Order: sequence, then structure tokens, then C-alpha cells
Amino acid sequence: MNAHAPLTAFENERGLEIRQERGQRAVFCGLTGIVWLHRKIQDAFFLVVGSRTCAHLIQSAAGVMIFAEPRFATAIMDERDLAGLADMNDELDAVVGRLVARRPEIKLLFLVGSCPSEVIKLDLSRAAQRLSRSLAPDVRVLSYSGSGIETTFTQGEDACLASLVPEMPAEAANAETSLLVVGALADVVEDQFARIFSEMGIGPVRFLPARRAGAMPPVGENTRYLLAQPFLADTARALEERGATRLAAPFPLGSEGTTGWLKAAADAFGVAAGRFEAATAPGLRRAEQALAPYRAMLTQRRVFFFPDSQLEIPLARFLSREMGAKLVEVGTPYLHRGHLDREMALLPRGTRIVEGQSLDDQMDRCRQARPDLTVCGLGLANPLEAEGLATKWSIELLFTPIQGYDQAGDLAELFARPLVRRTRLEV
Amino acid sequence: MQLTVWTYEGPPHIGAMRVATAMRGLHYVLHAPQGDTYADLLFTMIERRDARPPVTYTTFQARDLGSDTAAIFKDAVAAAYERFRPEAMIVGASCTAELIQDDPGGLAKALALPIPVIPLDLPAYQKKENWGASETFYRLVRTLCGPKAETVGKAGRRPSCNILGPTALGFRHRDDLVEIRTLLDALGVDVNVVAPLGASPADLGRLGEADFNVVLYPEIARAAGQHLQKTFGQPMVETVPIGVAATIRFVEEVAAVAGVDPAPVLSGAPSRLPWYSRSVDSTYLTGKRVFVFGDATHALAAAQIAATELGFKVVGLGSYAREFAREIRAEAALHGIEATITDDYLEVEAAIQASAAELVLGTQMERHIAKRLGLPCAVISAPIHVQDFPARHSPQMGFEGANVLFDTWVHPLMMGLEEHLLGMFREDSEFHADAAPSHLGPGHQPLPPPSAGEGGPRVSEGRERGAPVPERSPPLPPAPQAPSPAEGGGSSGSAHSTWAPDAEKELKKIPFFVRGKARANTERFARERALPLITVETLYDAKAHFGR
Repeated sequence: MNAHAPLTAFENERGLEIRQERGQRAVFCGLTGIVWLHRKIQDAFFLVVGSRTCAHLIQSAAGVMIFAEPRFATAIMDERDLAGLADMNDELDAVVGRLVARRPEIKLLFLVGSCPSEVIKLDLSRAAQRLSRSLAPDVRVLSYSGSGIETTFTQGEDACLASLVPEMPAEAANAETSLLVVGALADVVEDQFARIFSEMGIGPVRFLPARRAGAMPPVGENTRYLLAQPFLADTARALEERGATRLAAPFPLGSEGTTGWLKAAADAFGVAAGRFEAATAPGLRRAEQALAPYRAMLTQRRVFFFPDSQLEIPLARFLSREMGAKLVEVGTPYLHRGHLDREMALLPRGTRIVEGQSLDDQMDRCRQARPDLTVCGLGLANPLEAEGLATKWSIELLFTPIQGYDQAGDLAELFARPLVRRTRLEV
Repeated sequence: MQLTVWTYEGPPHIGAMRVATAMRGLHYVLHAPQGDTYADLLFTMIERRDARPPVTYTTFQARDLGSDTAAIFKDAVAAAYERFRPEAMIVGASCTAELIQDDPGGLAKALALPIPVIPLDLPAYQKKENWGASETFYRLVRTLCGPKAETVGKAGRRPSCNILGPTALGFRHRDDLVEIRTLLDALGVDVNVVAPLGASPADLGRLGEADFNVVLYPEIARAAGQHLQKTFGQPMVETVPIGVAATIRFVEEVAAVAGVDPAPVLSGAPSRLPWYSRSVDSTYLTGKRVFVFGDATHALAAAQIAATELGFKVVGLGSYAREFAREIRAEAALHGIEATITDDYLEVEAAIQASAAELVLGTQMERHIAKRLGLPCAVISAPIHVQDFPARHSPQMGFEGANVLFDTWVHPLMMGLEEHLLGMFREDSEFHADAAPSHLGPGHQPLPPPSAGEGGPRVSEGRERGAPVPERSPPLPPAPQAPSPAEGGGSSGSAHSTWAPDAEKELKKIPFFVRGKARANTERFARERALPLITVETLYDAKAHFGR
């Protein structure tokens, strides 16, 4: 309820109804990004500086993963720490010292800010500089904020990647034009994209984040970058400050999105039409084959998205254009109009997009609309199911490989499964 | 600052949520930043509740901090009242809101709502989840329990009691309640109010009408029970009825307080545990080394049951509940061990390794530690995961609870007869010498313990050499100290003594499932005496030395 009354600013862009709403928000904070980021950068460690609540959140989000010697932890502040700031920096240094001694394989340490550390204005960027100096050359220390007051769920990845950008080596001024794919993707998806780019003759192609801390890609005036995820506003800005140029594209979800995304790179690198088609044809054919069985299950189904990850608009585009679904409401925690321009152009006229949230009001709208499928977080899913609404819990869309041609069928299946299940259960 | 990977307890406002979610007609407005709503999914996913917890979060963001977060809070309280029309509200701050120092109690009071609004002061940087639940329940009871009820003559009516303690997200609270209600009913005692689970604020107003209180979970309800004792003079039964003996004690205490006869309830064989435990198949349970860890209520009960009702040997006992450290230490002393009072799971892991336990009874965390160490394990306490909110009836308390405990704890150990037969036929050609004597299956390879780098027991070493690993207790003398590195048949401990060929041959005559331990004991015996050569004599000298 962080506004006295919901704002109802309407806007017309390509016939879309875009509305902003403020109020109670049922969303994760940016700390949650750690759960998938730590698996991507294999020699990085994420140390949250926060409260017991932060530690509890991460363990709830990480579930069973927490026991596989995870590369994340929380330095829990206690009352003693809150007494004086000087003491707190010493405490932090001691915690980091213990951690580095225990985990000598760690090359990159992220100090991750939380709501409590932001509110008391503990300067983690200074702490990171200080610790970087004392731990050099073995460990590099960076900082970013994953706090709920500043970041929503996937924005934690944005903040993390943005903190990496100044660390990227400078590309030589006369370097050949290179392609940078930005956003953590499953390794299997990354490899598929690398193969397709290579068949199109695009190169060099690099990925941010890299799989190892010491192998972050170079960046400079000759870098063209493609966002693989829609939630990377700050990372994009930081890359542009280093001279890189964004290639406008839809996001690589579904067969159409993937083609549009690859085409943006092909056009920028002057790939001939015939070569582009040759490189994408097998993927397109397989995607079409994989999607076909789910189309019958999803066509004309009315879908309602609660805000969660900023993936909602590309997912809505995929469901409506490729699967024939109808969009009741597309909630998103934050709408980057520039990055989502190509996506919004593909949405059907009249689509209602709601940026932000007033939870109880949105639940009222959802109940009233009685959609066939509601995409929402785990706090809402079972309560809505109990009210008779079929739901798809959204966090799975971050942990499952869904991008690219060869995952298009898996993506459709994620939405079809709850509907199929409903038809099977007779009790 | 404390370095933490896993926490046994959440922050105190989670405890308050457990109380609010357990109740009806109560709403909690929590001043908290965006993101703290993650706690909802503990209730909707782990406990599989079919409704959102009755909690409104202010979910303020950075841009709100410059303006008036206090106004946001007031608006949230007003809007929640309008929408949910609760009978009473609780208001408070999470850890971040505690730092920005808005005053939830004062702000809510200024709204002058026509219902009781109870402010909670939960110090997030000092206290934890169970304390938060206890404090919240105590505040609710203190505010709402009403004036002292008129003393109605006892004649002509059944005695009545309140049941205090069950909450949302409680380990088996739902089913424990069923058992306790059944026991009380059989005794002829009426239940006045159960709280917090299922109670409304109005129900709390009727607490004074009962003759006495039953406190099921002291970490949550002791404070409230003490308050009622002081206010209404209601006696308090605080014996936790987990296990057969404790349940009998509980029934006798309730009967004494209520002035009824316990005999009909205790007659016959109300639990199958005593017979199952006496049946010969359970003989192999004798002296099994068990490590117990959990919240105070369940750890204390489990240690007593393990030792006196199943015949285990308690080789480790601990709890993350510092509030109950004294009780835990006293119980540990009865077993001749030192208690492990810690909320650091790495310390628990080290203690489990050092104890050379054969069965671990603990929380979700100990389940994972045990899995890593290749040890059998059963869950006895929160924190727990979704599988420990089962669909079937599975109480811990009462006589049926004792049946459940017997099955749950014995199941991960192999049944005695099965173990015996496997051992007898082990050297027959059908049986692979390397197959683990365990239900875990032939593919199971226990992971090397994580911090065993410096000479800790590395269970997998013996496996690589093809020697069987004694994962179960053999009916031979257990090593009194921590297992030597050579346990499992490794040669690292025999650096100073070699086996004479005839001694080696003699060793092979010992049944495989105790051979590893015999080898280890013999080598240690030789090492301690600096014997360069292990002969048949040494083998039997060692057996005699380590024998019972």
C-alpha cells in the first residue's frame, strides 16, 4: 500500500492500454537473483549483508539447493553492528576474511546490499574497494544492491551485471565489430545461440556474464549488444557508457521472438538473407513441430499475468501470437518502454498492461475476469487454485531454459501443463 | 555480524505471522519493504494453505523513504480494516521498518479503529521466529483474555481446559491437536478454547472460562499460559505428551488437575510402541547410537523416547533454541554427554561426525547432513519441508503419536530380520561383496564429509578399496571414541603395523559386516602399543580389549 490511492494514468501507445498502479506488491526482492546467478558464474560468491529475514528469504527461494555447498551466504547484522558504523566495517572485513579462508577457490566476491544495509547507509562500494585492495590479486570484490526497496526480483541480476560492466576489459579501438549477448542464460541455450551465430558467420560472439570471473568479455565502441532478457535497464546503460550499441530486438522467447532476435544481429552484421534462412530453418522447423501439440490446448484460453519478472510482456506476446491465447491483463513490475518497444508492437490492440501493483485490487480484477490461466507467484498460486482458477507459478520461468527455438516447445508446455492437469483430475 | 548459510529460525515477524495465520478474524499489518511478502509462500506452499495469510504488507520502496512512510503505514491499516473487517488487528515492523523508526502502534492508535489494535514490538536484530510467535501470542492473550470469569460451581458439569500453542507452520500441530482432543475427551474434560490455531479474537476473550490450561508447545505458549495462571489462577499442564511415558504422565497430570480418573484412558494397550519395541525383531535396535537435534520440545522428548522406549544410546543432543538451553543441558547430562546448543548447522554437522552416530533425528537440515554422511535419518522437528506436512494423519503426540514415532524412526534403519539375513547370506555368490547393507541401494555412495579434509573419516575410501562400510551398527563393541580414519578397511591407520598373513586370514573369517570395525580396532590397538606386526594373537587381544 505504498500510495494513498492507486494511480490510474492511461496511455495510448499502439492501441495498448497502459496503466500504472501503486499499492501493496507481492513480489520478490532482487536478492533472489543470487539463486540462479551463482550457478552461472562458477567462481563467484555472493555475500548478502543484511538481516535474518534476508537469510530466510534466500533459503526459502533456494530450497534444497542450499546444501550443495552453495556459493552464497548472509552476513547477518545484529544489534551490536547497528550501534556504530566503524565497528560494522571491521565486522564485515572479519566475515569476509573467514569466508575467503574457507572457500579459497572463490575469485570474485559480490557484497550484496539489502534493505537494512541500504537504510543504515552502510557503504558497501567502499567496503568492496577496501577488500579488493587487501585481497588482491586472488579475489576481486564488487558490490551491488539486491534490496527490496530498490530492486524487484530479476532486477537483482540487472544490478549484478551492471556492477560487472566497469570490470570488463576495454576492447581495442580497431577491434572488429563484436556481438555481446547480455543476460544469464542456461548454458545449453547459450551454446545453441553460439552455434547459430557461428553458422551465420557472426563473430566474435561473447556472453555477459561469462561462466568464469576472470573471463568477462571486452567492451568498446565496436561492441553491438543484444539483450537476452528484458530486465537489464541499468546494465544496458552501463554498456552504453562504455561505447557499446544496443541492437533493438524482441526477446528470444518462442519461435517468432527467437527469429526476430537473431535477425537483429544478422542485420547489424550484414548477413545475407539466404544465409540467415539456412541458419535458422532447422530451428524454426523443430520449434514449429514442438509447438503444434500445445496450440490446441492454449488457443482462445484467457490468460492473466500478475507482475513478477518483467518477462510478462514477451511471454504474453508469445502466448497470444504463437499459441492463440487471449490476454486479459499483463502485469509487469516495471516497464522499460525502450527495451520493450519491439515487443509491444507485436501485442494485440487493446491489450491491458499494468505496471506496478495494488495486490488486493488486482486480485479482485482477476477473480472477476475468471481467466483460464493465471500466471502468478507462489504466494498467490494455491489460494487462487482454491478459488477454482488454474495457475502457472511464474518463478519456474526463471529456472527453466525457455529461450531459443529448441526450448519453444518446453515453454508452451509450462503453460499447457496446469490446464492438462485439470482435465485429468477427476477428484 | 554472523556468517550464515542456513538459519534454523526466521526473524520474529515470521513467528507473528504463524500466530496470525493460525487464527480467524485477526489481521496483521506489517510495515515492511517490498520483497518481504516472500513469507507468504511458506504458508501457501510448505503448509499448502488454500488462502493467503491474513497479512497486509506496506511494501515500501526506496522512493517512499524520502516521503512519508508513516502515512503509507496508516493508509495500509485503514485499507486493511475496510477490506477485511477483522475483529482485531496486530501491527508491527519487520527488520527494515524497525530501522526507519515509524511507530506502528502509535500510528494505528491514531486511526481510532473500533476494534482492538495490538502493537507488537519484535526486536528483529536480537530475537527469532519462536520468540516472535510466543511474544505475539502472549500480547494477544494479555489484551483480549477479558475479565476474570465468574466462578461457576463445578458441580454438574465436566471440567474444561484451553489448549495453547498450536500455530500455522507448526510441525504436526494439526494432528497433535486431534490426538490431544481425543485424550481429553476420553478423560471427560471439555476443550474450552484452542489457540492460536483456529481461534478468533472473541475466543481469546473466553479463555478465562476454562478450569486449567494445557500448554502443548512451551516455546510458543508458555508465556501466555503463565499469564493466564497469574490472571485467572488457572493451573497449567506443561508436560509435553510425546512418547508413551510422557503421554501417561500427561494424562495423569490432566486427570489430577481436572479431578477425574485417568485409569480408563490408560488401561489396555493404548499404544503399540511398547510391544513393538519388546518384540524380538527390535533387539537389533539396542544401543544404536543416535544423535538428536531440533527445537527444545521435540529434542527433549526424542532423547527420552530414544533412550527409554526404543533402547537406543543417545550420543548427541542439541537444540537451536537458546531459550531452552538449560533444559537441554540437563537432559544431555542424564545421557552422559554435552549438549550442542547452536544455530550454526556447520557446528551441528561437526558434532554429528564426532559422535559417530548411526541414526540422526533432527530437522530438515540434519536430514541433508545425514544424507551427505550416508547416515539414516528421521525428521522430528521444524524447520521442515513440504513433505513433513503430510496428507495422512501423523501426530507426534499421544499414543497414536508414539506409534508414528516408532515407525518413522525405525524405518530408515533396516528391519532386524532383514539385516540379519542379508548378513548371513552376504558371502553367497548372489550377493555382491560391495553392496551396502542398506535400503539406500547398491548405487548409493555416501559423499565424503565436507570438512573432513584434515584427517576426518572419509567414508568413501574404504569403498574404493572394495571393503564393506559398516553403515549399520554391527553387534560388536562400538568404538568408544570417534571412528579412526581406518574405519571402513582403509590402510591409512596401519602405517606402523603390518598384518601377518595368518592374522589376515583369520580376519577374513569374521563376518563381513563387523570386519571393518574389527580391522580398525585391531589396528588402533596395535598402534597404541606400537606393535609392528599384527598376529592372530593381536587380533584376539584387541577383541578382548574393546569387548564389552
